[in-house]
Amino acid sequence: MTSTLTLPENAPPLKAESKKLDFYYGDFKALKGVSMPVFENKVTALIGPSGCGKSTYLRCFNRMHDLYPGNRYDGKIQLHPDEVDILDHAVDPIEVRMRVSMVFQKPNPFPKSIFENVAYGLKVRGEKSRSFLEDKVETALRGAALWEEVRDRLDEVAVNLSGGQQQRLCIARSLATDPEILLFDEPTSALDPIATGAIEELIGQIKDKVTILIVTHNMQQAARVSDFVAYMYIGELVEFGATSDIFMKPKRKETEDYITGRFG
Amino acid sequence: MAITSSTAGASLTTPTAKGAAKLAEYARTKAQRKRRERAIEMVLLFAACVSVFTTVGIVYVLVKESLAFFSHVPVWDFLTDTQWTPLFDDAHFGIIVLLAGTVTSSAVALAIAIPLGTIIAIYLSEFAGHKTREIMKPLLELLSGVPTIIFGYFALLFVTPLLQKIYPDLPGFNVLSAGIVMGIMIIPYVSSLSEDAMRAVPMSLREGSYAMGATRFQTAVKVVVPAALSGIAAAYILGISRAVGETMILAVAAGMQPNLTLNPLEPAATITAYIVQVALGDLPHGSIGYQTIFAAGLTLMLLTLFFNLIGYWLRRKYREAY
Amino acid sequence: MSATLSKRAEELRGIIRVHKRWDAVFATLGLLAMMVGVLTLAALFAAMITDGVPRLSAEFFTEFPSRRASQAGILSAWVGSMLVMLVTALFAVPVGVAGAIYLEEYAKKNWFTDIIEINISNLAGVPSIVYGLLALGLFVYTFGFGQSILSAGLTLALLILPIVIVATREALRAIPQHVREGAYACGASQWQVVSHHLVPYGMPGILTGVIIGLSRAIGETAPIITIGALTFIAFLPPMPFSGDPPAGIFDWLFSPFTVMPIQIFNWTSRPDQAFHQNAAAASLVLVVLTLGMNATAIWLRYRLRKNIKW
Repeated sequence: MTSTLTLPENAPPLKAESKKLDFYYGDFKALKGVSMPVFENKVTALIGPSGCGKSTYLRCFNRMHDLYPGNRYDGKIQLHPDEVDILDHAVDPIEVRMRVSMVFQKPNPFPKSIFENVAYGLKVRGEKSRSFLEDKVETALRGAALWEEVRDRLDEVAVNLSGGQQQRLCIARSLATDPEILLFDEPTSALDPIATGAIEELIGQIKDKVTILIVTHNMQQAARVSDFVAYMYIGELVEFGATSDIFMKPKRKETEDYITGRFG
Repeated sequence: MAITSSTAGASLTTPTAKGAAKLAEYARTKAQRKRRERAIEMVLLFAACVSVFTTVGIVYVLVKESLAFFSHVPVWDFLTDTQWTPLFDDAHFGIIVLLAGTVTSSAVALAIAIPLGTIIAIYLSEFAGHKTREIMKPLLELLSGVPTIIFGYFALLFVTPLLQKIYPDLPGFNVLSAGIVMGIMIIPYVSSLSEDAMRAVPMSLREGSYAMGATRFQTAVKVVVPAALSGIAAAYILGISRAVGETMILAVAAGMQPNLTLNPLEPAATITAYIVQVALGDLPHGSIGYQTIFAAGLTLMLLTLFFNLIGYWLRRKYREAY
Repeated sequence: MSATLSKRAEELRGIIRVHKRWDAVFATLGLLAMMVGVLTLAALFAAMITDGVPRLSAEFFTEFPSRRASQAGILSAWVGSMLVMLVTALFAVPVGVAGAIYLEEYAKKNWFTDIIEINISNLAGVPSIVYGLLALGLFVYTFGFGQSILSAGLTLALLILPIVIVATREALRAIPQHVREGAYACGASQWQVVSHHLVPYGMPGILTGVIIGLSRAIGETAPIITIGALTFIAFLPPMPFSGDPPAGIFDWLFSPFTVMPIQIFNWTSRPDQAFHQNAAAASLVLVVLTLGMNATAIWLRYRLRKNIKW
């Protein structure tokens, strides 16, 4: 099946693009020839019914699949401006993860202090200077709209925070290392509506500083939060375009059926 | 599609000059880091292989000394001679004598451990309330946690005098009291594993039986035990293996006199007790006496290996059932 | 019609009564069986306490064994036990934890890994005296460590290695996958994930396994006898690291020695009733030590597990 991509006239600069990306879990082909742009400093949402491959596609961007045996990539994900192919065997997945961060579906703060959580990515990079870390941690926590709530208890264990706070902590943890792309894998599906709203507002605030790729089950969320939308179905990219285009005047019937709830 | 670099300025997520330099430095040291990770993995692998080295070591030591032994003593004599007197001038090396001790003591022990262990397992799994189980399980673990030398002390200085009140002709060293104490010590091994097997039987099977009007005893015996059979059999095999390998209780209470008999009312030496006896004495390295303990050890090893393999096969079978 | 119905009902009730009686009989049997175990424990402790408590005094712990029962003490025995446990722990903990980390986090599913796992489960079922034979042939003679604390410690370390490995693996397995993913997503390398996260979070389980292993090792007699630990030692090994450097620091490792279980064995084997009392006292000390370690392990696991919430 061919994908329908509607690109804007004055296309914003590209941060990354996938080129004919196939992905195999063992013998099962989960992604089929996905070619898609990811525009810099914009929020791109991946939507589609369960099993369409959106999380699989997302996890290619930071080589998460490398952790499990039997997985195979075929195709490229090109980072701009330096044209590095994320999926190249010669490229160290650890380096990729230092440039591309991820926030998970279920908040997963480490059972360490709040400070230790946010500083972890920096420590792994070899940063030792305490004052530098303190600065970065504060900047990251402010960026995640969490600073005011935790500034007095940075040494407390992170697992005592509420679900919404934990997720914002994970976002701060990802932001602390100045990633070029931030991946969100259904970040609010485990949170209540108020916490969800806070996260969505946060995404709106940080998007002009980092490129965001977000997988979501929730179409309304995609409509609220994203600039571009990609609709996927059984491992293929069906349609890609600006959010308003996709939701108001989708070009493909499959997209329209999914959006209007006739299917999926 | 135009290529643009990110805007400048040390704002939140714009890579700073320092950050970019850090990344570059990180890339430069990549080979060194990869080597370190690989070296760490090799060290961990080596640690994991220690168990393999141990087995190899055991096999090597036992086989090497046994070969030396069998160069002096024909295998046929070893297997068929009816006397075990390796340290006499007229030396005899009939392993059957020691095997008789092992078999007799294990038989006594298992005659206690298997019935009692099974009954306790059925009771705890099918009859007992939560409170009872909470108290009994730690107590039984305690029983298996007492060092065996202390059980040996108990058998010699407490159980034997007690038995002598019932049967005054009982010698001070005898297989019976050692066997009884050994049996009681093995009960927790049998009961714990059997109980695990029984509790793994799905509730739906029991409900089917109760729905037919069966009592707890009937359900336990007709439904649960047959369903858990290979797990229970594995527990029995563990008990046998434990009994065959037990040393100190027998060394202390059964006497260390090789005696070809199956009568538990007499003293006897097991394979394990013999090795202890020799080790207590002074045997020059390389002498025939020294080599006998390895030949005896090899026999013991083969015996327990045999039972362990059966147990392993049984446990695999019962894990597949669910 | 109603006559046959009620006759049938009567028959059924009779059958049920018989079955219920069997139930009650078995329940009684079960309780009796458990009583056997409980009574044995009670009798054991009673015997040790009545015979042994009179002998327990400060001198008992500070005197060497002696030809005279009333003057004999367990000094060399418990010091020997402590030193042997030190060597055992120093070897078993790093090797066991490292091996378990490899098997859980690094090893791929192939025939080689299978062989390692089969070996570990097989070794758990090998009688302890065979470990003694291994030590005798390999450590004492081939490697030349002699009949020493080093040989004993290494032997016991190999003996409890499966316990440490299994406990560590369970502890690592209990850590949810999303913790690992979170750490990798931050750019951590595999060893960083293991050392920064998995080992610290798995510490309670690992510690529990180590303590239980050591409590098993401290009561082992057969392998130590086989190595040739002497049963009458009226001197102490040199204190660790006290000898003249450089080689003298390790003198203690190669010293002859004895341990608690062997002292008990020695005293139990004497015909003299007075020595039996010593044996009872020493047994009491050993049992309390063993049970104390087990209880500590369980308490530790409970305590530390409360702090980590996934």
